[in-house]
Amino acid sequence: MPADVSLTASAPVPVPPAQSALTEPVWVRIALITGALLFLALFLLLPLVAVFVEALRRGFDAYWVALIEPDAVAAIELTLIVAAISVPANLLFGVAASWCVAKFDFRGKNLLITLIDLPFSVSPVISGLIYVLLFGMNGLFGTYLRDMGVQIIFAVPGLVLATIFVTFPFVARELIPLMQEQGSDEEEAALVLGASGWQTFWRVTIPNIKWGLLYGVLLCNARAMGEFGAVSVVSGHIRGETNTMPLHVEILYNEYNFVAAFAVASLLAMLALVTLVVKTALEWRFGDELAAARH
Amino acid sequence: MVAAADSDGPLAGKGRAVTVRAPVAFFRKPSVLPGFGLTLGFTLSYLSLIVLVPLAALIVKSSGLGWNGFWAAVTTPRVLAAFEVSFGLSFAAALTNAVFGFLVAWVLVRYDFPGKRLVDALVDLPFALPTAVAGIALSALYAPNGWLGKPLNELFGLKVAFTPLGIAIALTFIGLPFVVRTVQPILQDLPAEEEEAAASLGASRFQTFSSVILPAILPALVTGFALSFARGIGEYGSVIFIAGNMPGLTEILPLLIVIKLEQYDYAGAAAVGTAMLGVSFIMLLILNLLQQWMRSRHAR
Repeated sequence: MPADVSLTASAPVPVPPAQSALTEPVWVRIALITGALLFLALFLLLPLVAVFVEALRRGFDAYWVALIEPDAVAAIELTLIVAAISVPANLLFGVAASWCVAKFDFRGKNLLITLIDLPFSVSPVISGLIYVLLFGMNGLFGTYLRDMGVQIIFAVPGLVLATIFVTFPFVARELIPLMQEQGSDEEEAALVLGASGWQTFWRVTIPNIKWGLLYGVLLCNARAMGEFGAVSVVSGHIRGETNTMPLHVEILYNEYNFVAAFAVASLLAMLALVTLVVKTALEWRFGDELAAARH
Repeated sequence: MVAAADSDGPLAGKGRAVTVRAPVAFFRKPSVLPGFGLTLGFTLSYLSLIVLVPLAALIVKSSGLGWNGFWAAVTTPRVLAAFEVSFGLSFAAALTNAVFGFLVAWVLVRYDFPGKRLVDALVDLPFALPTAVAGIALSALYAPNGWLGKPLNELFGLKVAFTPLGIAIALTFIGLPFVVRTVQPILQDLPAEEEEAAASLGASRFQTFSSVILPAILPALVTGFALSFARGIGEYGSVIFIAGNMPGLTEILPLLIVIKLEQYDYAGAAAVGTAMLGVSFIMLLILNLLQQWMRSRHAR
C-alpha cells in the first residue's frame, strides 16, 4: 500500500508516454475498423440477408404457401420432436456429469472431461455413420433388429440418437467450469444444516446454476434443430416422414424450388437470430453467473 | 475396455455406501456430498452408450477389412484426392481466418465504434446458423448469377461456386468464430504495462506490436487456427451446396463417406472415416506440441 502511494505521488514528474504511443494513428484505426467490418459484412451479414431476400423473392404469399405445405409442416414437427427428446436427455446428462466432475475428486477425471468433449471433434457425417454401422441393415446389430421388427436407421430413433451425439457436450461443458468455480461450500452447509441430498440439489445447486443451465440448453437446442450432416446420414430422406427442417431445405434446394427452400431456411435463420439475441442478453445480464462469458 | 469403464461407476458407488472404505479413498477423495455413485454411474453409462460404443463400432467395422484391405480402401485415387481437397482447403480457410479473425478480435478489443456490441454478437452467427442454411445462402450468393458471383465473374473472370474457391469460402464462414473467440480474451487480458514499457524504451508502435503483442497472442492464434482447421475438415452442410461435388476436384471427405454409404459400402465408409479421424488427430497433436513449444519460448 505505501509503495502504491509513493508511485502515484511521483507519477506526474516524468511525463508518461503520450497516449498515441499506446494506440495507432487515427487513419490506421479507421482502416482496420473498416477492413474488419467489411469482412464481416461480406462473409457473415450478406449470407444472412440473402436467406430472407431469397425467401421473399416471390412475395409474402409464396413464402407463406411454402411454409404451410404438408411436407414442410411435417418437417417442422419432426424437428421439434427430435429436439424435444434430445435436449432434455443431454440436459439430464449435463447436470449429472457436472455434479460428479465438479463436486468430487476422483481418478481419471480429466480423461472423463476429455471424453465428454469428444463429440465436438468428430465430423457430423461420422457422427451419423457410426449409428448406421451399428443399427443399419448391414450393421453390427442390423439382422437382429430386423428380426425384432425394430427400425432405428431411416427412422425417428436414428435421428434422435445422431442429434444427441452431436449436441452431447453443450450443457456439460457450460456447467462443469461453472460448478467447479462455485465449489461445494454452500451444498456442504445445507447438508450440515440437515437438508437431504435432493433438497440441497434443488434449493442450493439449481438456483446457483440456473442461468448457466439455460445458456447450455439454448446452444444445445440451436444445434439440435439445425443439425444437418449427422441426421442426413441416418434419415433416409423420406419426405414427410424422416425429413427434419434442414433436410427438407436440402431436398427443396436440389429440386430448384429455391423460394420454398429459403422459406424453410428463413425459419432456421430466425431460430439462429433468436438464439444469438438470448445468448447475448444472458451474457450481458448474467455474465458473472456464466462460465462461457467469463473466459 | 468400454464395458469395464461402464460397470466401474455404479460399483464404486455401492462400495462406498456399503462397507469397503479403503479402495474408495484410493479411487476418490472423501466428501460429505451425496450422489457420487449415482451421477458417475449415469454419466459413464450414457457416455458409453451414446459415444464410446458407437465410435468403437467405427473401428471394429474398418478393422474387418484387415490392414491390407484398409490401406487399399483409403488409398484409391478418389479418396486421396478428397483428402487433398479437404485438408488443403481447410488449411487455406483456417489461414484466412487466422488473419481476419485476428483483425476482428483486435478491432473489437482495442477500438470503439458505433454498433460494436452488435458486431460482437454477430461473430457467433456461424455457430448459431444451421450449416445447411449457410450452405444454400453462400451458394446463392456466389452462383454465376448471384449477388457476388455475377460481378466477380464479369469483372475478374472469377468463378467461385462449384470450384475449390467456393469450398474455401464456406469453410472460412464456418471457422471464423473459433479464431475470434480464442484470441479475443487473451488480447483483452494483455497487460498494458508491457506495451507502455516498450513505448517508453523507444519502440515504434509497429515494433511494439510485432515483438510484444504478437508473441503474447500467438499461442491463442494457433489454437484458433487449429480449431478452425479441424472444424473445416469435418464440415459437411455448408460445403456440399457450393462445392459442385466433382470427384477428384471438389469432392470433400465427408461427402465421400456419404456416397460410400449410399452405395452400401459400409466398410469403405468406415475406413475413410477412421483414416479421417486418425489424420486429424495427428495434425491436432502436432499443433498442440507446436503451441506448447511457443508458450514455453514466450515464457522464457
